[in-house]
Amino acid sequence: MPFEHPYLPQTPADQSAMLAAIGVADIADLFKSIPAELRLKGRLDLPDHLTEMELKDEFQAIGGANLSTGKLDNYLGAGAYEHYSPSAVRHLLNRSEFYTSYTPYQPEMTQGVLQALFEYQSCVCALTGMEVSNASLYEGGHALAEACLMAHARTGRNRLVLSAGVHPESLQVLRTYTRNLDTEIVVAPLGADGRSDLAAVKALLDSSTAALVLANPNFFGVIEDAAPFAEAAHAVGALFIMSVEPVSLALLKSPGECGADIACGEGQSLGIPLSYGGPYLGFIAAKMELVRQMPGRICGQTKDNRGQRAFVLTLQTREQHIRREKANSNICTNQTLLALAATIYLGAVGPQGLKEVASQGAHKAHYLAGELAKIAGVKVRYSGAWFSEFTLDLGRDAGPVLKAMQAKGILAGVPLSRYYPGREREILVAVTEVKKKAKLDRYVAALREVL
Amino acid sequence: MSEEKLIFEKSAPGRRATTFPALDVPAPAGEDWLPKEARRGLALGLPEVSEQDLVRHYTRLSQRNIGIDTQIYPLGSCTMKYNPKVNEDLAGRDGFRNIHPLQPDDTVQGALRVLWEMERWLSEISGMPAICLQPSAGAQGELTALLVCKAYHDSRGRRPRKVLVPDSSHGTNPASAAYCGYTVETVKSLPNGTVDLEDLKPRITEDVACLMMTNPNTVGIFEKDISLIAGWMHAVDAQLYYDGANLNAICAVARPGDMGCDMMHFNVHKTFSTPHGGGGPGAGPIGVKEHLRPFLPVPRVRRTEQGVFSLDEGEPKSIGRVRHFTGNFGILLRGLVYLKSFGGDGLPEIARRAVLNANYLLALLKGRFHATYGDRCMHEFVLSVSDQKKRKGVGALDYAKRMADYGYHAPTIYFPLIVPEALMLEPVETEAKETLDELAAVLAKIDGEDPALLHAAPVNTPVGRLDEVGAARNPVLRWKPKA
Repeated sequence: MPFEHPYLPQTPADQSAMLAAIGVADIADLFKSIPAELRLKGRLDLPDHLTEMELKDEFQAIGGANLSTGKLDNYLGAGAYEHYSPSAVRHLLNRSEFYTSYTPYQPEMTQGVLQALFEYQSCVCALTGMEVSNASLYEGGHALAEACLMAHARTGRNRLVLSAGVHPESLQVLRTYTRNLDTEIVVAPLGADGRSDLAAVKALLDSSTAALVLANPNFFGVIEDAAPFAEAAHAVGALFIMSVEPVSLALLKSPGECGADIACGEGQSLGIPLSYGGPYLGFIAAKMELVRQMPGRICGQTKDNRGQRAFVLTLQTREQHIRREKANSNICTNQTLLALAATIYLGAVGPQGLKEVASQGAHKAHYLAGELAKIAGVKVRYSGAWFSEFTLDLGRDAGPVLKAMQAKGILAGVPLSRYYPGREREILVAVTEVKKKAKLDRYVAALREVL
Repeated sequence: MSEEKLIFEKSAPGRRATTFPALDVPAPAGEDWLPKEARRGLALGLPEVSEQDLVRHYTRLSQRNIGIDTQIYPLGSCTMKYNPKVNEDLAGRDGFRNIHPLQPDDTVQGALRVLWEMERWLSEISGMPAICLQPSAGAQGELTALLVCKAYHDSRGRRPRKVLVPDSSHGTNPASAAYCGYTVETVKSLPNGTVDLEDLKPRITEDVACLMMTNPNTVGIFEKDISLIAGWMHAVDAQLYYDGANLNAICAVARPGDMGCDMMHFNVHKTFSTPHGGGGPGAGPIGVKEHLRPFLPVPRVRRTEQGVFSLDEGEPKSIGRVRHFTGNFGILLRGLVYLKSFGGDGLPEIARRAVLNANYLLALLKGRFHATYGDRCMHEFVLSVSDQKKRKGVGALDYAKRMADYGYHAPTIYFPLIVPEALMLEPVETEAKETLDELAAVLAKIDGEDPALLHAAPVNTPVGRLDEVGAARNPVLRWKPKA
């Protein structure tokens, strides 16, 4: 019986004709260059194929075993946020001329993706207040690591000073990426208000420092006063890197205004589904003078031979396919479709919409925090101003509390003990524009009952 | 076709494509929650358009782009196969799309099962006992595996400094090795396209950490001596890396693990049909042999005998994370759906048809074009038009641009670097015989055309040849509002 499959068009008659044209009797003859002892004798120990109808049943059941945000009221954040994404975003991303396309190596046939990337880079520059953006990185942790490597390459210095407010998983990624480099990573503690401690940071900065890295809002939700840190970094000749949350930039001072040399972050908030952690979008933007150190693809504007404006991947002498081991990064495939998603999302919400998303999230979070703080023993951990995510001290071990909240259909927050052993009483609570007051009130009532 | 304005140039103050419900909680008095020194002063320079403006703009941009759904995409080493629609449907389901990466394990048993099953499938296909799904793309997989390699050598108190790569290798191989702090040494290829064993053997010393091989290699030839090479490597405790970019040629026919390879990466967006997205997202899982397992990134997926899944961060020798959370889940899910659509009974048929298609296309073209490595290949092959370049002054770039006039995306050109005026074609298994016949006919027609037509090409595309030198010399990398 010939194996029939919807993705394989060669009929038995086709195969015969093709084999005759090639001049062999059997497809197996084409594999003779593989030594016989390396060719599998039997079949792989894997179940038989499923038809499309069967696949739908199987994965419907598997997906049904997940409790999505529609089934559980979700207050988890910590680098991935539940936002509303307008219908148009998904519809446009489903244009298969975009999603079934390759990296735009032949620009005459791929102006659509290239122009969208140029618009993406323009949006990132507009949000961050920086001068140049690349065409995307894998995700926020990767973007932070690449930003540090840029600073290392640019300054020729080895010390990386990071605020303790940087996402702990980003710090882990940076440690992995720099395992075999001669870099030294130093983490500066936060002050009692939850903001980075300028004096503590200054004490760690020296003439060997390549970069100072600050997150805003930081991992605990607290808003930093970044400008003095930029001055401190520049005073020792180091670069200042800010890891930022893009929705917050609608209201918060941009990295450019703060004096940052490099801005980076996770772009998932911009219309990209949670999808259990990926695919997401790393973004990175910098001052123009750092463009040669910028990793990955960059799209540029030029003209064609008819005098029309057109777009093309440019400054490729930085890249692996040209420079091989001398390239400034190894990036090939990155996250183009997610960059397109973010661009369409930003076009969909516009400047007013993004401000509403940011301010509604902040207002709803402050309402929730205010109500929760009325419960005896519960308090917001830090006195510093915060944006739409906050650290809540439950006054007792958070583990059983979170379990009890889950039983009531609420994922109440990320336990800080996940990243910081010893901080068993604290959770990180994220609120976005999607939460209605009734839900917030239900959270408060549920926690009252649980405690 | 006229230029398409930028979305910014279609903007008019006050237009919007989305509105939000009124705030239903009492707003804090004033804006006290946000200190003055932390407030944004810079205007938020984003476009303001209606919903229809937005939809029309990006629909029009999509029409200025081609994809696999519009035509054959014979890019060598890129494995541009059909992206099944059912994969998109399933990945778009609420139970997969709307789950947070930090949800407790007991609320995401389905997602963890997807990851666990994907590990099992990749392990069986590759002959690698341990799989890590975390890397976001092939190049990150390379880097991750090389970090694992380094950690392994460290654990044995050894500090080899070199990574060997063949001169036909992908640029990511040497770039990843350099990223990892290694010195890169290039190994020569023979005229038949395979690694020159005489050049390779003396290079394999105690100072070598790893050799990175692609098999079949980038010219579409199977490196038949790979087991022998593995033996040489292992004699000095060096590791053999398998670059999975060309796995489609041998998937379920032969296994990297059986060839003696110690570690490898998979390109899920090549071999397992997930959409390339115009340049990502991909997924670049790695597979390793037992001796490298302890060094893999965390978290690891576990399953109890009762069938309960969990994530485990506790591996003392792990190199750590290479990204946030657990990987490009949405891509891995699509890959698993694809694998199950073929199953253990059908998987070998993918490589069989891919190799059949490639050899058929080669048979159609070899009379007219110089087939650099003979008349047999695996999943892809390289033609050289250096003769045409000498005779008529038309090179690989001219052929590529002229193909666009006939509605065909070009093959990979000028790669591998060892072949002058290279055209590298990978027709993949999902293309029908008629499509290959048409592609060959177009290439033959172009080959007979007046060189002036090739030099002028493309003329039938939305834009003509671009001033790429000007783009790099005077970089314009973003739109700016007129001052």
